[in-house]
Amino acid sequence: MLFAFLIATALGIAYLRHLFAVVMLAGMFSLLSALLLLSMDAADVAFTEAAVGAGIATILMLSAMALTERQEKPSNRSMLERLPALAVAGAFGALLIYAMLDAPPFGDPFAPAQTHVAPYYIEQTAREIDVPNLVTAILASYRGFDTLGEVVVIFTAGIGVALLLGGFVARDRSK
Amino acid sequence: MQHRLVLRILAKLLFAPILLFAFYVQFHGDFGPGGGFQAGLIFASAFVLHGLIFDVSSARRFVSDRLLQVGAAGGVLLYAGTGFASILFGGNFLDYDLLSETPTSGQHLGILLVEAGVGIAVACVMVMVFRAFADRLPHLRERDW
Repeated sequence: MLFAFLIATALGIAYLRHLFAVVMLAGMFSLLSALLLLSMDAADVAFTEAAVGAGIATILMLSAMALTERQEKPSNRSMLERLPALAVAGAFGALLIYAMLDAPPFGDPFAPAQTHVAPYYIEQTAREIDVPNLVTAILASYRGFDTLGEVVVIFTAGIGVALLLGGFVARDRSK
Repeated sequence: MQHRLVLRILAKLLFAPILLFAFYVQFHGDFGPGGGFQAGLIFASAFVLHGLIFDVSSARRFVSDRLLQVGAAGGVLLYAGTGFASILFGGNFLDYDLLSETPTSGQHLGILLVEAGVGIAVACVMVMVFRAFADRLPHLRERDW
């Protein structure tokens, strides 16, 4: 059911030319994916998806749109010229579906992802970290170094945007 | 830019609850879904909402760009500093066991500090990015949308 909505939203994004509507649909898409993740019991991921995708990203897309165009330019390519793009997209989709056939079923306790370090985390978190939320224990403690990297990435991205858009430089000059 | 009355009143009403919710998500991250990253985003969204409805310059009087820059860097440094602190206490980098008397309370303290670092950095960076966009925007009229 959620998937049907997700696909409908994606088609809407592909067909619409009015960018404001596209940005809003992209936000909806994120919110639907968040619901989908929630229905698979991944509350932490769903929370992040809703906050990032539906919240901040939508605002930033709107801001970017306000700086550029409101309307997508209609493409004047013929059907024949679009065929390669369709072929590439179709082939890639088929490849992904083919790869999915090999994936273990959802919730399989013997999937490789569940048998590597996950049992250790599940068994030892209560003793070593003593934090009820496993996800927090893994992100902040066991995988703390990865999370440090993520924070540095966000920091770098923020610095990059601030430098590129030149907000800070412009204001310094006006002082 | 005078926006509609309902929007302005709602934005004022929601500002404090959003911040409160951000703190809840921040400190409740150990027990339920959430954590520094989400809390930082929610915290930033309060300022973004304020910036959308009113203008960025009025928010700038409370939270200056300088503060955001310091916060963004400070959050990262708080995270990395916790890692170095655990080295100073004799453990490995980001191994919080030795930060406090018992390993688990050390872990609690370490996670608290690290999550605070994430939250501060994310919130500051998000507001910073939003302002970088907002500063470039020309004056927008309602019918432009």
